[in-house]
Amino acid sequence: MQVQVSRAKNSKKISSRVNKKKSVGVKKATGSKKNLFSGLPKELLLHMHDLMVKSRVLEERLIKIYKAGDAFFWIGAPGEEAWGVPLGLLTKKGQGPKYDYLHLHYRGTPTLVAMGMPMIDSIRLIMNRSTDPSTGGRNFSNHYCYPQWNVAPVSSPIEVQYGMALGTAHVQKRHKSQALTVVTGGDAGTAEGDFATCLVWASRRGQELPMLITVQNNGWGISTAFEGQHGETEIADRARAFNIRSRVINGNDPVETYLALQEEMAAIRKTGKPSFIEARLSRLYGHSSASGANFVGGELDCVREFEKKLLTSGYLKESQAKKIWEAYEKEGFEAQQQVRTEPGPSSESIWDHVYADNENADWRKF
Amino acid sequence: MANMAQAIRMALHYGEAHLGVKDIFGQDVGAPLGGAFTATQGLKTTWNSPLDERGIIGMAMGIAMTGERCVAEIQFCDYIFNTIDLLKIAGNTLWVTNGQYPMPLVVMTPVGAGIRGSIYHSHSFDAWASRLPGWKVVMPSTPHDAYGLLISAIKDPNPVLFLIPKALMRVRGEELIPGEPREEKELKSMVDAPIGDRSKWKPRWPELQDLAIPIGQAQITRPGEQITVVSYGRHLLVCNQIADDLRSDGISVEVIDLRTIYPYDWQTVKASIQKTGRAIFVNEDTEVTNFGEHLAYRATQELFYELMARPLVIAGKNVPGIGLHPNLEDASIPQKHEIETAIRAVVAETP
Ligand SMILES: Cc1ncc(C[n+]2csc(CCOP(=O)(O)OP(=O)(O)O)c2C)c(N)n1
Ligand SMILES: [Mg+2]
Repeated sequence: MQVQVSRAKNSKKISSRVNKKKSVGVKKATGSKKNLFSGLPKELLLHMHDLMVKSRVLEERLIKIYKAGDAFFWIGAPGEEAWGVPLGLLTKKGQGPKYDYLHLHYRGTPTLVAMGMPMIDSIRLIMNRSTDPSTGGRNFSNHYCYPQWNVAPVSSPIEVQYGMALGTAHVQKRHKSQALTVVTGGDAGTAEGDFATCLVWASRRGQELPMLITVQNNGWGISTAFEGQHGETEIADRARAFNIRSRVINGNDPVETYLALQEEMAAIRKTGKPSFIEARLSRLYGHSSASGANFVGGELDCVREFEKKLLTSGYLKESQAKKIWEAYEKEGFEAQQQVRTEPGPSSESIWDHVYADNENADWRKF
Repeated sequence: MANMAQAIRMALHYGEAHLGVKDIFGQDVGAPLGGAFTATQGLKTTWNSPLDERGIIGMAMGIAMTGERCVAEIQFCDYIFNTIDLLKIAGNTLWVTNGQYPMPLVVMTPVGAGIRGSIYHSHSFDAWASRLPGWKVVMPSTPHDAYGLLISAIKDPNPVLFLIPKALMRVRGEELIPGEPREEKELKSMVDAPIGDRSKWKPRWPELQDLAIPIGQAQITRPGEQITVVSYGRHLLVCNQIADDLRSDGISVEVIDLRTIYPYDWQTVKASIQKTGRAIFVNEDTEVTNFGEHLAYRATQELFYELMARPLVIAGKNVPGIGLHPNLEDASIPQKHEIETAIRAVVAETP
């Protein structure tokens, strides 16, 4: 109970910080529809809405799967759709250093959905089936891995991706391909040394790396509030100290996020130098299933908020919106039924892929 | 004959020239120093990293994710400990992605005592390294093996930890590296940077050849009949000496250079113990949950009824560090006389 109260208080602080810092595009606009959405075309707005709904419905399906006892653990991204969907859409998708690399943490569903991941694959992951394309039943929900899209495997230890991201960016720099490396993570995790590692290595004079370094600031690290953990005014200030382009955005607004990402990515591709984005956003179902995975009141819901704006503007009709939600509900439900019939990995498979080419790794057979 | 630092340098050059190595990096690895032990002088793709071990390992993992080959150095293994969770991830990435993300990278780091390096330049890492599934772990005892094992490490599609017995960096071998000039002086003039200003110096590399020392293959360095001594790194050379000394006393010692700690060559070890009925495992990492204990356990389990004596592990004392004063270092690290006494005792033991 106490946690919920302070959570709400905290989120208010975050949004007021955002508003004070920068006037948000959506808030500013009063006149035409064009202004309302900062000039983004209607098709793109509707596409983003569709993907945001899909990602939300998928996450809520994952929670239901957990609560039904079909999964051991849930962690995911409800509340990060306005951030993650534009990120997935703007990524230059493909395999190898000519394309963008993504080093995500465990809240990457919206990005993967926007990149084209079918819902059922996320469900296979949380239900630890052998059909799970990310880990074959070996790892938790939202621990995605898509080498064909340069999506590096998500690993549970906080912040380690900030160090590994340097390597893919380093190779991209060598290839002069204008591709970049994106790294994401939470606010609390920035206390880890790997965050500082990332800023130091990405910004060395004359050796700057083409990286988009990002933090999704939801104001929490599990139960620990942002306020008790930070002396810096904003996390983005830490990047500024390394002469990295840096900004704070309202990550609950897909339009502002889309434009900011577009601008920073273009700058990185042009200059080969890093940019930093701190996105302030919500955490709508708590940290994970370990904290109950129940809907938390008092935080802004970016999907509902964006939908409201699309409805008000007339870009979207109530009946259309309803259809989108229902279609994804159905897809998620059917996927769960399907995955229930799929096998888990076999016991003998524990020795698979310890070494490349399935070289024997069992010492009993050395 | 090359010393180990020169052998490593030449293997890295071979890696750059023939195996696609594009980055050799770490603290002071690039010009002007070329490595704390000069093992990376004169190479084309070396660069100096920030003083940040976690950054070094993270960078190597990211490079490996793109499929490109790199060799990263941790200046002393004493400073590798803050990267252990990253090493674990490097070892589990292929597995947890169900075979999708290989991690072909090499991390090399000097290990062990023997240079009066006190607490933070004397650590061993072999026992720790043996607890990193997914990694291959090698440790040469000669320049020739260092050359061949490093080439194998670079070719391997898995993460490989290349442990360098730092006290052997300046020790010369007895076997020529393929392509190496016979004359020591000539080699030196070709591949050693001059003292003083090096800004204009360029190495002249010999026409080096490939050398396959497969990972996972031990070598019998002294054939013998009465006892098997398994070691690696610096202590392997000590064990060779003891075997030579004891021969005149009529004690026949078979010495095995394990060379690869993981995946280790059990067949060679097993065949030898079956022949001798006696086994001692020697290394200088601390003695509690030492890698030698695993080998001794396995020997006991699989060869119990063929053994004539209890398998023995001789390892570093389980104290927090190696003290600077020689009395302290020598009391912590297995000494020649101690190993020799143990060999005599085990040979004399009867069931
Ligand atoms: C190195 C490490 N320490 C602790 C944990 C346990 N843990 C998991 S998530 C988390 C909080 C992370 O908070 P933040 O970085 O803000 O990300 P968020 O979950 O809020 O998105 C902690 C402490 C971990 N996974 N890794
Ligand atoms: Mg957080």
